[in-house]
Order: sequence, then structure tokens, then C-alpha cells
Amino acid sequence: MNRYPVWKYAIIVIALLLGVVYTLPNFFGEAPAVQVSSGKATIKVDTGTLQKVEDALKAAGVSPQSVALEGGSIRARFDSTDNQLKAKDAVQKALIPDAADPHFVVALNLVSRSPEWLGALHAAPMYLGLDLRGGVHFMLQVDMQAALTQRVESLTGDLRSLLREKDIRHGGISRNGQTVEIRLRDAQQLEATKRVLSAQFPDLQTQDAADGAEFRLTVSNKPEAARKVQEQALKQNITTLHNRINELGVAEPVIQQQGLDRIVVQLPGVQDTAKAKDILGRTATLEVRMVDESTEARAAEQGGIVPFGAERYLEREGRPLIVKKQVVLTGDNLTDAQPGFDNQTQEPVVNLTLDAKGARIFKDVTRENVGKRMAILLFEKGKGEVVTAPVIRSEIGGGRVQISGRMTTAEANDTALLLRAGSLAAPMEIIEERTIGPSLGAENIAKGFNSVTWGFLVIVAFMCLYYAMFGLVSGIALAVNLLFLVAILSMLQATLTLPGMAAMALALGMAIDSNVLINERVREELRNGASPQAAIHAGYDRAWATIFDSNITTLIAGVALLAFGSGPVRGFAVVHCIGILTSMFSAVFFSRGLVNLWYGSKKKLKSVSIGTVWRPEGSSVKAD
Amino acid sequence: MEFFKIKKDIPFMKNALVFNAISFVTFALAVFFLFSKGLHLSVEFTGGTLMEVSYSQPADLNKVRATVGTLGFSEVQVQNFGTARDVMIRLPAQKGVSSAQQSEKVLTALKADNADVTLRRTEFVGPQVGDELAHDGLKALAFVVIGIVIYLAVRFEWKFAVSAIIANLHDVIIILGFFAFFQWEFSLAVLAAVLAVLGYSVNESVVIFDRIRENFRRFRKMSTVEVIDNAITSTISRTIITHGCTQIMVLSMLLFGGETLHYFAMALTIGICFGIYSSVFVAAAIAMWLGIQREDLIKPLKKDNDPSDENAGAVV
Repeated sequence: MNRYPVWKYAIIVIALLLGVVYTLPNFFGEAPAVQVSSGKATIKVDTGTLQKVEDALKAAGVSPQSVALEGGSIRARFDSTDNQLKAKDAVQKALIPDAADPHFVVALNLVSRSPEWLGALHAAPMYLGLDLRGGVHFMLQVDMQAALTQRVESLTGDLRSLLREKDIRHGGISRNGQTVEIRLRDAQQLEATKRVLSAQFPDLQTQDAADGAEFRLTVSNKPEAARKVQEQALKQNITTLHNRINELGVAEPVIQQQGLDRIVVQLPGVQDTAKAKDILGRTATLEVRMVDESTEARAAEQGGIVPFGAERYLEREGRPLIVKKQVVLTGDNLTDAQPGFDNQTQEPVVNLTLDAKGARIFKDVTRENVGKRMAILLFEKGKGEVVTAPVIRSEIGGGRVQISGRMTTAEANDTALLLRAGSLAAPMEIIEERTIGPSLGAENIAKGFNSVTWGFLVIVAFMCLYYAMFGLVSGIALAVNLLFLVAILSMLQATLTLPGMAAMALALGMAIDSNVLINERVREELRNGASPQAAIHAGYDRAWATIFDSNITTLIAGVALLAFGSGPVRGFAVVHCIGILTSMFSAVFFSRGLVNLWYGSKKKLKSVSIGTVWRPEGSSVKAD
Repeated sequence: MEFFKIKKDIPFMKNALVFNAISFVTFALAVFFLFSKGLHLSVEFTGGTLMEVSYSQPADLNKVRATVGTLGFSEVQVQNFGTARDVMIRLPAQKGVSSAQQSEKVLTALKADNADVTLRRTEFVGPQVGDELAHDGLKALAFVVIGIVIYLAVRFEWKFAVSAIIANLHDVIIILGFFAFFQWEFSLAVLAAVLAVLGYSVNESVVIFDRIRENFRRFRKMSTVEVIDNAITSTISRTIITHGCTQIMVLSMLLFGGETLHYFAMALTIGICFGIYSSVFVAAAIAMWLGIQREDLIKPLKKDNDPSDENAGAVV
């Protein structure tokens, strides 16, 4: 009765094998490495870059253990941190000739030392959380109200110029919170306004009300449109943060959206929070100026003296351009920049949308400067760069500007991105910040590890003493539970944190409950005079219902933590839940397998080794 | 080895009233301290800045306090953290000031005073996050309570569900009472521990209820009180051993886990100790007061198979 069919043993063996394979990478430790990734959206890390890195390392006389191109970044592994630092300098020198304009991010990193065949199986070590490896964590709140208000503000201007263009007379346009109010004198004009609005702005909804002899038309963004504005604002902020963080040279930055209006930034290994905060909070500004096309300026482009009232900036290709100091427009007047295609020529273009004030200025400037070039400059950290310098073909009114000519689709995308990334779509505020020093991280690992190890050893020792052979089986089952837990966490590439390690310890402490239940049940059956085989059978069978029920209630608590917890609590909850599930497998299914293997084949089993089975009659019988 | 050599069923239920009185007094005390002293909430809930700095020599707290005091923060807490060389500084959230810069200001001041200070950890939490965390915590608690009640009601009976949850909420309140009385810091990790304990000690009640149900089936002649006494007596050895094992783990965290896990382990310890007590003495007693009886658990049997027969259901 205590025998498993072959397939059950097969399941156990396969599960164990998988467990071992996926747990293994955690034991190899990490090797110092240099990581090269792209610093700009336009630049791709490819085999050419790989070749350059290899050459640079050879020239510097540093021999890496391996150099590989993995998922858009190159990682070179070294045997010591000395070589790692030397290699970083060498690679930096070779790939980044101009430190002010880095095309690549060269960063120090740690790479798993596990052999390649494990990598081929996608077996990777657990990802360590910031509290274990050290680093900075920020949570930023995007001010969506400000993004919407900004949008409505520019809409107010747009409406004003639209009505003027269409010759509709109104009694005033004003912004009221997130809506725009238009006063109109009679029903005819109200109708006309509504018609124009629905034709030109499909994203708007209107509501009219009589106000004495006048009419008041309230215009607001449709909920979908408002949501779109928010989504775009968040996405743009994330893009901007990405670009800025690239400068920090962090190997594996995490920039994620959290909820509807929050962004989480995690920078492992970064200690200089001041610099990180500075970079995250920096504002870039965009300026539109006229290009100085006088002969002196032409000469200055070749290296002469820059004429009075002008400045020299570099274009993105590195060509100098002389630009007048007078600012025509700033980024504040630019509401959007999107890549697109020209209606007629199908050429890639960038479409700019200006607000009402910007449109008016732009119209005047373009009328006076047809045939001349204007430059769009991006200033970051007080350093300007010419994003694009198109020629003005004709007067441009209405605030919709198209930049075209000699652009590929990728270039159009980049230019649009740069124009948008110039500024954050909505202001952000740091609402949570955590810094963990590297030494503290290492200490936390040691603390978590010690807790788990000592607790585990004492429990196993006690179980072996108290339940003899069955205790040993329980101990092995507990070890297997730990193996599965680590394997699954590695497989899921879950982030391990200190609370996660606490959950691991707790999971083991709770998992032993199932085995205690079983062992106590078996003893009880023996006490009641059952034969050894029957006692094992009944013990496991009867304990199962209880184990299941009690694990479910614990799981309910785990799921609640997972659903409502955040940050450290979530790390705890993930391990807690997985631990409960693996414990059901190891404590019941696996330990039964071991017991069956040991006792199941013995037909005339006289006794089982489960420690003292005490009988109330007073005739204490040692069962083994 | 066998720790529990119990000859006869222990008449737990005879003393149920005494146990319930003890529970009630402890509970009332816990509630009293919760209201009179309140919880010492961590920065995660209150918002503010927490800094952990370390000196190479044992730190002079008064000097640190004076240095930080000159920066004009209203309520600054400075205390040792773990060792004499580590100092924890807690700054309250300030309206209007970008609190992210507080920690830098403090560190610069400390550095000016004593150059060998190193920053080990900072944590800044804005007030809006704190409010949210508190709400989420309450939501999680509600979810656990409702989830467990529904599960137990379906699996057993509503009387069991109600008594189990009352017994274990009483544990939770007592843990909170301890934290209020000793003014231990109540952090997110402690909250996680409290909820984990809630799930865990419901286990206890489940094990005993399971036994009660089984006993109702097996011993037709026994009265309800006898059935409960027998169920508790026959599971008590398992209860103590399991909790002992879990406690070993928790103790190991308390000893080796350092400051970060200290209160987490503390909450678990209290939870485990009171978990035994409440599920053994409180849950079963409440179920008894609620008038649990054989008919509640044993639905008219479809087929009368005697579970005490060892050969019954011997199919693997």
C-alpha cells in the first residue's frame, strides 16, 4: 500500500534535476565585468562595436575571460577588479573620443560566473535587490494636473486664434481649471463655434448653457483624450529620464512606470545620490533662433572670429553653425513634436505644434525670413546643441510646422524625440528615496544567509532527534523545499531582497509544520495499535486534508500581501507564496516518496523508526 | 523522544471561561495601550527622512544631536542603531522643503564635524506615500480577514470561521498592543509579519477544527465538550512542536538578522506565542459558545464509511 508508481518517482527525479540546474547559477558568484551599451537612440551596439572593444582591450594588454554581445550590450568579463578598471579606461578611450558627447555608456558591472551551458538553459542567478547590492531607489510622482493644465492653457490660445481665423465673434475666452469657457453673443455664433470645433478638434467635448442674453460654451478634453495626454506625459518623462540616466553610466538602470502617474528609478551601484538627483531633476530648454548667414559668419564657420551678436554651436554631425543670440521662441511655446510623412512627397518629416503665442511669433518671423535658415537648439547643463536647422520655405501660420528634407525615418524619429525630450512633459517630484551603501548590502546578504542557515540546521537536528528516521526524511524534504524555492525564484528572475530572505526563513519554519503533522499522525496511528505500513498510510492520508486547509489560509494572507503590498512587502509576499506552494510538494509528495522507497517494499515491516511511540498504558515501547 | 505523555484528555473546555477572561483582559490592555500610547510608526508611514550613518569610533550621540539640531529641524530623533558606531537619524517630513535634500544637508554638517562619518543608508518617504501605505495595509488586513472567513465557512462552518477569525484578530491586536506599549518601531516589515502571523495562526485553528470534525464522525457518543477536549489534547503535541520549529527559525532571525529584521522577528515571536494560546484556548471556546454541534459539521452521510476502519479508503 505504500508504493509509488514509476511515474511519480519520475516526477520527483525530474523536479529535483530542474531544481538543481536552476539553483546552480547562484553558487558561482559574480565576476567583475565592463559593460558597453548605447548612449543614444541613434547608436546601436553591434558586432562592429564588439570588434572595437576587443581591439581596445588587446591594445591595452588586458585579456578578458570572455567578451560577448548580449541583447544590445557588450559584456567583457575579467578575473580581477584591477583588470576590470584598466579595461574600462581602455574601452572608454577607444569608444568615446569626445567625453562631452558620449555615444556609448561604458559601465562597471558584475556578471554571473556560471558556465555557458547554464546560460543556454536560461538558468541565471537570482537578481539581488538594492538592499542587498547597494544603490539608489527613487520614486517620482508626475504632476498630471500640471500636464493637463498646460495642455488646456495652450488650447485656450489655439481656440482664440481659430475663432479669429474663422471670423467668429466671441465675448471672451478664458481658462477655468481644466476647461475653457467661451462667451458667445447669440445662438448663431454658438452653432458656428461648435461646428468649427468638432471639425478641427475631435478630441474636445463641448457643453453650452444660456447665461442671461449670452451663451457660455464650456470646452474640455474628452476623458480618452485626457488619458492620452497623461499617458504621453508619463512616457515622455520616462524617455527623458532614460536619456539622462545614460549619462550616469549605470550598468542596469531600472526605469519603470508604477501605477498611472508614478515612475520608479533604481540605480544599482550608484552611491552619489546628489549627482543622480541633479541629473534626474535637470531641465533642458529648447530655443529657436535665426542662423547668421552673413559673410563674416560664413568665415567664422571655417574657424574665423564669431561676429558680434552671434554664437557658434555644433550641429549633431559635428559641423559648426553660427547662430544669432536673439531668441525667437523657447520650448515653452512648443506643445508637441511628432515624426510623420509629408502628404505629397511621402518624405519623412517632423511635425511641430506651437501654442497660440508661439504660432503668432512664428508667423511673423517666417514671413520676414523666407529663404533663410532657422536653428532649433537644445540646451542641457548650459551646453547647447543644434538639433536641426531647416530653411524657411514660406510664411507659416496656424502654429503647425513641418520640418522636412534629407531625413531618414530614423532621423525624423530622433529629431522628434530630441525636441520632445528637451523638457519633461510634466513636472516631477521625488516622493520616495532610498540609498543603501554597498557594505550594508553585503552585510544584509550575510545576515539573511546566516538566519536561514542556522534556523535550518537547528530544525533539522531537532527533527532527526525527535522523529529519528522520519525526522531525517522531513529534514531532507525541507532541504528540497529550499532547493525548489531558490530554483523557482531564479527561474522567475524575481528580485531577492532582505525581506525576501526573511520570508524564505519563515517559509522553512512553516513548511516543517506539514511534516510534523504527518509524523505526529503516524505516531498516533501506531499508538492506537495500527501495523507500521497501515500507520504510514493513514498518517499521510489523514494529515493531507489538514495540511491543505492550513496552507490555503496562509496562502490567503500571502496573496493579500502581494496584492496590496508595495516595495519591500511585495518582495516578502512573493517568496512567502512560492514557499507555501513548494512546501506542499516537498513535504507531502516528496517525503512520501522517500518513505515509500525506504519502507514500501518491506512486506513484513515490524517497526518504523519514528522515535518513541509512547503508550498511555505505561508500557513504553521503542518503535525501532 | 516524546515530550507529551498525556494519559487522559485534558478538560480544556471546563476552564474555557477563565481562558476567555484572560484573553479579554489582555485584549483590553492591548487596545488601551494602542489608544493611549499609539503606535510608533516608521518613516514609511509618517513620511520623513531616515538616515543611517556609521563612524569608525563609537559615536557621541549628543554631539550628533547638537550638529543636526543647528540645521533647524523641529523634531529630530538620534539614536544608536545596532552597534555604538552606527547612528540612526530621523527627520520629520517638512512641508514645502524638497525633503530629498535634507539628507545631504545633514550629511554635510556631520562631515564638517567629523570627517570619518559614512552614509550607510537613507530613506526618504513623502507624506502622500505614507498615507497610501497605511490604507493599503488596512485593505490587505480586510482582504485576509474576509478571505479566511469565506474559506473556512465553505470548508467547515460559519461558526468555526467566525471563532477562528476572532481568535486570530485578537492575536493581531495583542501584537499591536505590544508594539504600542514598548514603543517599538512599526514598519512595513512588521506589518508583513503581522499579516503572515494572521494566516499562520489560523492554521492552528484549522488543525484543531479538522480534528473536531473528525472526532464528531468517529466518536458518536461523545458530547461536544468532550470532542473538543479530545481534539485539542491529541493535537497539542503537534501544535507545540510546529510552533517550536517555526520559533527556532524566527529566533535565528532575531539573533542573526540584525537590526533590520529585529522587529519583524519580534512581531513573529509574539504572534507565534499568542497564536498557540488563542487557537487552542480561544478559538475552540468561542466555537463552543457559538453552539457548535455534530449536525453542523456532518451533513447527512451519503455512504456510511467508518473512518476509524484502517482498511477503509486504502487506495493510493
